[in-house]
Amino acid sequence: MINLTVNGKSVSVPEGATILDAARKLNVKIPTLCHLENIHKTGSCRICMVEVEGARTLQASCVTPASEGMVVRTNTERVRESRKIMYELILSDHPKDCLSCSRNKSCELQAVGEIIQADESSYEGEKSKEYIDESSPSIVRDAAKCILCRRCVTICNEVQGVGILNAQDRGFASAISAGGKTLLGQAACTNCGQCTVVCPVNALHEKDSTQDVWAALANPAKTVVVQTAPAIRAALGEEFGYEAGTLVTGKMASALRDMGFDHVFDTNFAADLTIIEEGTEFLNRIVGMLYQKGAISAKKIDELGLHRNVNATIPMITSCSPGWIKFIEHYYPGQLGNVSSCKSPHMMLGALAKSYFAEKIGVRPEDMYVVSIMPCTAKKYEITRPEMVNGGVANVDAVLTTRELARMIKEAGINFEKLADGGFDSPLGLSSGAADIFGSTGGVMEAALRTVYELVTGRQLPFDKLHVAPIAGFERIKTAELVIENAKEEWAFLNGVAVKVAVTSGLVGAGILMNEIKDGESLYLFIEVMGCPGGCINGGGQPRPRDEKAKEKRMAALYREDEGKKIRKSHENPDIVKIYEEFLGKPLGHTSHELLHTTYTVRGRHGAAN
Amino acid sequence: MSNNETQCGCCEINENEKFSLLRQTIEKYEAKESNLIQILHMAQAIFGYLPENVLITIADEMNLSMSRIQGVVSFYSLFSTQPKGKHTIKVCLGTACYVRGGSKIVERIKELLEIDVGETTKDMTFSLEVMRCIGACGLAPAIAIDDTVYKRVNPNKLRQILAQYE
Ligand code: SF4
Ligand code: SF4
Ligand code: SF4
Ligand code: FES
Repeated sequence: MINLTVNGKSVSVPEGATILDAARKLNVKIPTLCHLENIHKTGSCRICMVEVEGARTLQASCVTPASEGMVVRTNTERVRESRKIMYELILSDHPKDCLSCSRNKSCELQAVGEIIQADESSYEGEKSKEYIDESSPSIVRDAAKCILCRRCVTICNEVQGVGILNAQDRGFASAISAGGKTLLGQAACTNCGQCTVVCPVNALHEKDSTQDVWAALANPAKTVVVQTAPAIRAALGEEFGYEAGTLVTGKMASALRDMGFDHVFDTNFAADLTIIEEGTEFLNRIVGMLYQKGAISAKKIDELGLHRNVNATIPMITSCSPGWIKFIEHYYPGQLGNVSSCKSPHMMLGALAKSYFAEKIGVRPEDMYVVSIMPCTAKKYEITRPEMVNGGVANVDAVLTTRELARMIKEAGINFEKLADGGFDSPLGLSSGAADIFGSTGGVMEAALRTVYELVTGRQLPFDKLHVAPIAGFERIKTAELVIENAKEEWAFLNGVAVKVAVTSGLVGAGILMNEIKDGESLYLFIEVMGCPGGCINGGGQPRPRDEKAKEKRMAALYREDEGKKIRKSHENPDIVKIYEEFLGKPLGHTSHELLHTTYTVRGRHGAAN
Repeated sequence: MSNNETQCGCCEINENEKFSLLRQTIEKYEAKESNLIQILHMAQAIFGYLPENVLITIADEMNLSMSRIQGVVSFYSLFSTQPKGKHTIKVCLGTACYVRGGSKIVERIKELLEIDVGETTKDMTFSLEVMRCIGACGLAPAIAIDDTVYKRVNPNKLRQILAQYE
């Protein structure tokens, strides 16, 4: 341990701790701006300066390690003056239109100002860059608001391993961009939106869809359907002051009804459906692989009602994260054959709303408007893909992030805290616990295993509370193995097969697993990839966390939601059984193929601009 | 490459050889990101400047994004993504020159040569740059063409000045 004093008070911190850590331990507040715990530490803004006895210059507390006997002062005239100057310098090149800025009251530049108390007279400087890049369907970049903290550079390069946003030029001209004249919409950007979560100001944010949705709600000719992704219920509350991880499923449903949506559905229903389709596809690929090896006969495949798939590629990789899909299309197009053909759940639900459901209520698909509430910015892009259209009608018309939904609830004058709990509507609203955990890394795999294992063996997945513990949590790559024994008679040929699975979240891990496949070294049969670190609970459209443990708490909430349900497995959802009986026929059948499955596109690794 | 023929006649190696030389260089530096600046240096030495297709090759070979590479290229003034003309015009935009119409001079030259700052004329005669201060503040506004400094430049006289170089 290292002993030092901060403002005269003694404190001990472990080796490697910074002055900032030591101050925080003493509850001494030092204003910070560029620093982002566990993610970004470059000491670029110099707002966190402190006086260290014996040092000639002030030190940036967020990057300066604490050392034995150090005497630190955080509240001297010199410190206050210096940070005021740093702050006023930033302000001099910043448009101060807070009242009409969507970050108003959630802006870190404003929050720091409260501590620093800059003079009103701070001078107006020449503005270095004023342009708004709206070329991307997901992310808007407002260069004028950028304070060059470079958090986005770290998250995009280091955490996501994509490297679209980087500092360009130098001095007064320096700016963050995709390089050269490339706009974000042309770059090989995955639209993951992680950069919009870490940006302290309004320089990176999601493309607004709230106006389109208000317009649809006001249009009497439209039947407006809404659906909510699993991860929303575990995070939306944070925008209304609840602690991270508070489940607000019931209030959310009530709020949506109060906003005027005609039908409130749950993407979870389609998550259950995904498990049936993707689980069947998985078995189909395994069988295809055995067929290629001559291990089973064509007759056997026909008996199982599967396809004789001579091109089956293993491992199969999940397809529900559109940021991940864009990543593989740009960077590993040779591995696209490994990706499941399933559309992401909300696209499936949109397609069913405008067919199955529209028919039931006698509405023409073109008069229906489907809104998806998603933790994700990439889904704004996904709905623009030409593949996501059936019968000339888009499956989904608008995507709102969790943050946008919160803004609309506030705008509608709804007192969220006071709402009574509501529920989802039939027939696309009921879901199993397996669907809830779709929002968390490891969840899709666990949900799939719950169903596939039971289908093949007739027995429940042999784990405590049905949780596949080795693939839960935040590690970059997690693996598990499940050997099939005592399979049902028709699946007896699978006895002894070791189902090795891998789970990753965040695109660095995805890259590692793809390189293994590329090099013919992949050990797995099934891989789950989610584009955002931790999965959708930490998606690019989620509330910007105020709590360092937000991810963990949101994850725990989803597992709680799962465990609280009577039905825990997708194939036991009665409305899923019903939709196959009434409408879809069988998994991977003709109707499924039309509505629920999709294709992918090879894209260059330098995007459209190069 | 369209400017191939206009490049000096002295270099005998053709475009393909240049690219294979570039690949060898990258290999020599083990495609390590920490050697990026040296690699870019060598690339500029080989090609004369750093056009987009060269940067793309470097990006692919080193498994880096274009944006990362462009970030480095644009940070150091010694790198150029434009071929350099026979003559380099530098317009001073230091405080004194700026106040006394330096930017008008830039605008006028842009008009006359039909290029932007940082670009080169189609006939490869002129490249246009701006500078912070060339030390002729007393006689602002000033420009330099290669090693010759022109002081108290009148925007209307620019055509004549440039004519001497064509
Ligand atoms: S980014 Fe923050 S400081 Fe800047 S205008 Fe918006 S709210 Fe105000
Ligand atoms: S959306 Fe993701 S990939 Fe695109 S710039 Fe932001 S962090 Fe990078
Ligand atoms: S865009 Fe946002 S995160 Fe990126 S450098 Fe600018 S202010 Fe920081
Ligand atoms: S917060 Fe320490 S330098 Fe920015």
